[in-house]
Amino acid sequence: MKRSRVVTTALVLALGAGVIAVAPLPGATAKPANRHFRVEASSFKYIPATIRVNAGDHVTIDLVSTDVVHGLYVDGYDVSVTADPGRTASLSFVANRTGMFRLRCSVTCGAMHPFMIGKLHVGRNELLWRALVLTLFAGLAGILLARVREVRQ
Amino acid sequence: MTEPGVVGSERTVGTASGGVGSSGRRRADLPQLPPALPTGNALDLLRWPVLNTVLRSRWPQLLVRVAALAGFLIAVLTGLLGTPVGNHNLGIVLVWIAWWTIMMLVALPFFGRGWCSICPIPMPGEWLQHGALLTPRRNGAGLKKAWPARFKNIWLQNGAFSAVAVCSAVVLTQPRITAVVLLAFLFVAIGTSLVYERRAFCRYLCPVGGFIGLYSQLAPVAIRVKNKATCVAHTEKSCYRGSADGAGCPWMLYPGALAKNTYCGMCMECVRTCPHDNIAVTLRPFGADLRSPAGRRLDEAFKGFIMLGAAMVYSAVMLGPWGDLKMAAYDIGSARWFAYAFAVLVFINGVLPGLFLAAVSAGRALAGSTQTVKRSFIAFSYALVPLGLMAWIAFSLSFVFASISYLWPTMSDPFGVGWNLFGTVHASWQPYLTRSVPTLQALVLVAGFTWSAVTAHRIAGEEHEQRAALLQAAPVIVCCFLFTASLMGLLIA
Repeated sequence: MKRSRVVTTALVLALGAGVIAVAPLPGATAKPANRHFRVEASSFKYIPATIRVNAGDHVTIDLVSTDVVHGLYVDGYDVSVTADPGRTASLSFVANRTGMFRLRCSVTCGAMHPFMIGKLHVGRNELLWRALVLTLFAGLAGILLARVREVRQ
Repeated sequence: MTEPGVVGSERTVGTASGGVGSSGRRRADLPQLPPALPTGNALDLLRWPVLNTVLRSRWPQLLVRVAALAGFLIAVLTGLLGTPVGNHNLGIVLVWIAWWTIMMLVALPFFGRGWCSICPIPMPGEWLQHGALLTPRRNGAGLKKAWPARFKNIWLQNGAFSAVAVCSAVVLTQPRITAVVLLAFLFVAIGTSLVYERRAFCRYLCPVGGFIGLYSQLAPVAIRVKNKATCVAHTEKSCYRGSADGAGCPWMLYPGALAKNTYCGMCMECVRTCPHDNIAVTLRPFGADLRSPAGRRLDEAFKGFIMLGAAMVYSAVMLGPWGDLKMAAYDIGSARWFAYAFAVLVFINGVLPGLFLAAVSAGRALAGSTQTVKRSFIAFSYALVPLGLMAWIAFSLSFVFASISYLWPTMSDPFGVGWNLFGTVHASWQPYLTRSVPTLQALVLVAGFTWSAVTAHRIAGEEHEQRAALLQAAPVIVCCFLFTASLMGLLIA
């Protein structure tokens, strides 16, 4: 088999991977709304641990600490808030980026502080679904390419 | 059971117990042999004069190791004397964030056991063994006993890593515990060096060395002989027994039979002691060692499961939103910790291998394999090596970029006494690349799965022709996909 056949196969497969990675998906239909959450922070956990909103929602989080000073930093949005024990502190932002974003405590609160984590889900997690499909595609493509190369050799 | 790199060494070399000096002949005294053959497609880095000089000389290596030892001692001292708050303690940040970043994202993928060549932990023991800081002498200290035959495997390393893994929530967050663990490594290494020959601690005990060895099979750098005939003709075997130019292989390998990176510490002693310049430091394709069916072993197979399972467990405990799980992992000695530890050990030593065994068995049935189940299981487990490394890289990306900014203030005030050495003591915590890290993690895991799938297919091809190979590999590939999807679920879902 000619080398050009291997190269062509590789290019077609790369194109396929590119389509999976960036092809537009049907958009969400939910209208943006105001979403209000009360999040309790204590000993390395948030309650609720997971928050789900739709893309475009105006999100307000009331952070309540029940033991020591805790913070809440939202990955991807780069916003944060700090709450003293027994007091409520609020954080507002527009959830205009979709996906999963970790909530992290931003104030040293004890030994497991770096691992005090919650999650914010905004709309559909396209990254996850694209990654899963791309994983299957890339695995099959890798094997196909290896076989094409074997035949060539 | 034979070991990679030791295949034939006992036969060919004998049981040399001394690290140094059974052959004192210099290069000029030795008979001239035919020039070395080229090393195939691999590029010999020693052909570059600067690299040749740097790698042959002991000085650059010593300087780097002394710097690493200084860093090690700083980590221990700050761990013992500094603030007990983990993320404000330089010892914790230096070891579990800075060193871990360099190790998992750079050293291991690109240089394999390169870290072992500059690791400070075995250095004091080696100095005692060699009776010198630089060039080994004959009158070093220690009994130089042979390592017990029944423990010439990595089961002890597997156990040691599992023990550290179930205590990791405390080890990673408590500065004094980290310091004690580091000191324990140091003193066990010294003690082992005084009783047993060469770097027995690194080869058979070090929990970190175990997984570095496993994943070093993927590295694009390897030490190999240029021409095996030259080794066969060289009766002195100075690379193994040592000579006036240096110690016999500290890792107890015979370079002439070296086929895999797993146990080669890349210390360059064989480069220094070979009188025929027959050792090459080769640049080769990633994962080249996985192409060879030689030297596959059950203890290494389980190391793969332990590492992959530990990556999943760490992702759940440290990056997941489950507070009760974190507290169970942290509360060592409590009933919930025992339940956690038991579940983790069953998961990494039982559930994962069990699922994989079912997949391997299904593949054997589909393809009509004539190999034993055990042999197939061991062979296919090497397909998990790329996915395992990529799982650790994906986990580390999230952990490292979120925490690396703790380094700036702790560097300025390592003992928490009010210093401001670099003017960064007031630098606040700031996670980096939080928008990009999930995408990077997804791509790394996609690459890991693809690499593992291709490896599984290739391993199946060792026994079967194309269609049967695909049939045998298919269930294993599905199993790898399930592991990958689980990791994606933990890291980006």
